[in-house]
Amino acid sequence: MSDEAIKHPGLNLGSAHGRDHDAAEAMLFGFWIFLMSDAILFSMVFATYVTSVNATAGGPGPHALYDIKSVFIETLLLLTSSFTFGMASLALKYKHGTAQLIGWLAVTLVLGVAFLGFELHDFASMFAKGGVPSRSGFLSAFFDLVPLHGLHVMGGSIWLICLVGQIAMYGVDTQVKLGVMRLALFWHFLDIVWIAIFSVVYLAGLT
Amino acid sequence: MIEQTRDDGDAATRNLEERKEFHSYVWGIALALVLTLVPFALVHWAAMPGLPLLSVIGAFALVQMVVHFRFFLHIGFRQKREDLLLILFSTLLLFIMLSGTIWIMASLAMRMTLPAQP
Repeated sequence: MSDEAIKHPGLNLGSAHGRDHDAAEAMLFGFWIFLMSDAILFSMVFATYVTSVNATAGGPGPHALYDIKSVFIETLLLLTSSFTFGMASLALKYKHGTAQLIGWLAVTLVLGVAFLGFELHDFASMFAKGGVPSRSGFLSAFFDLVPLHGLHVMGGSIWLICLVGQIAMYGVDTQVKLGVMRLALFWHFLDIVWIAIFSVVYLAGLT
Repeated sequence: MIEQTRDDGDAATRNLEERKEFHSYVWGIALALVLTLVPFALVHWAAMPGLPLLSVIGAFALVQMVVHFRFFLHIGFRQKREDLLLILFSTLLLFIMLSGTIWIMASLAMRMTLPAQP
């Protein structure tokens, strides 16, 4: 049964959800195609960053600007939020009730917003040290790459708020289920992009 | 909003499946934590020289990505064929464009740097 039940990549609702499980197949496959194209977009911005990492033009470089403690906290926040979204997915799949689903989604939202707060604080302290995007090619590339991920997280957070609103309005219907499953893929995907960011940008920059 | 569960008899199977999937997430976050902590600690205490450290960071990042795909996104070899192909082909394209760009631009930067003496 479990072999038959896998209709698309990612967590499947399973046959207990009947027609919702069938409806998920095409929708989630399409969303995977979007995710992969987004990955290509990110990879090109990464290439831009890597090729201009030495173009500091006499301005402040990675060592002067990056704060490893803050990045570490951001990493833990995003990783934990990926786990709590996983718990929300399980609450949806195994029908633990609307309260538990909304609870896990709310925890995820709080962690995501906290991540954004820390990231904005990072950018502000970089600005204070003279690390503005117009200072050098390196900084332009940095503020092309890292805030692009931040914008994705912000988009995901807004989407999450909309989903909670939909649950409050319509209950856990097919549209809501498919929305939660797509946002789960998006959220886990953003965590994977963040692995690349903290490794390529921050850790490699601070070696 | 909650449709009739068709397989009440399968409740035990579903419980087992739920435990399995819960453990998958727990394994995922445990492995990801270890794979995050090690490179951060190495960089923070500057425990290794430059190039080996970069290789270790890169290796840990790649393994952590695989862990996330496996345990959070549930990608395995039991996918429908074209789904896995989509992900693998995108990864191939990504790799070609990324490494090609970095190669060409690094080579260009090297050739554009004039030698100190004419």
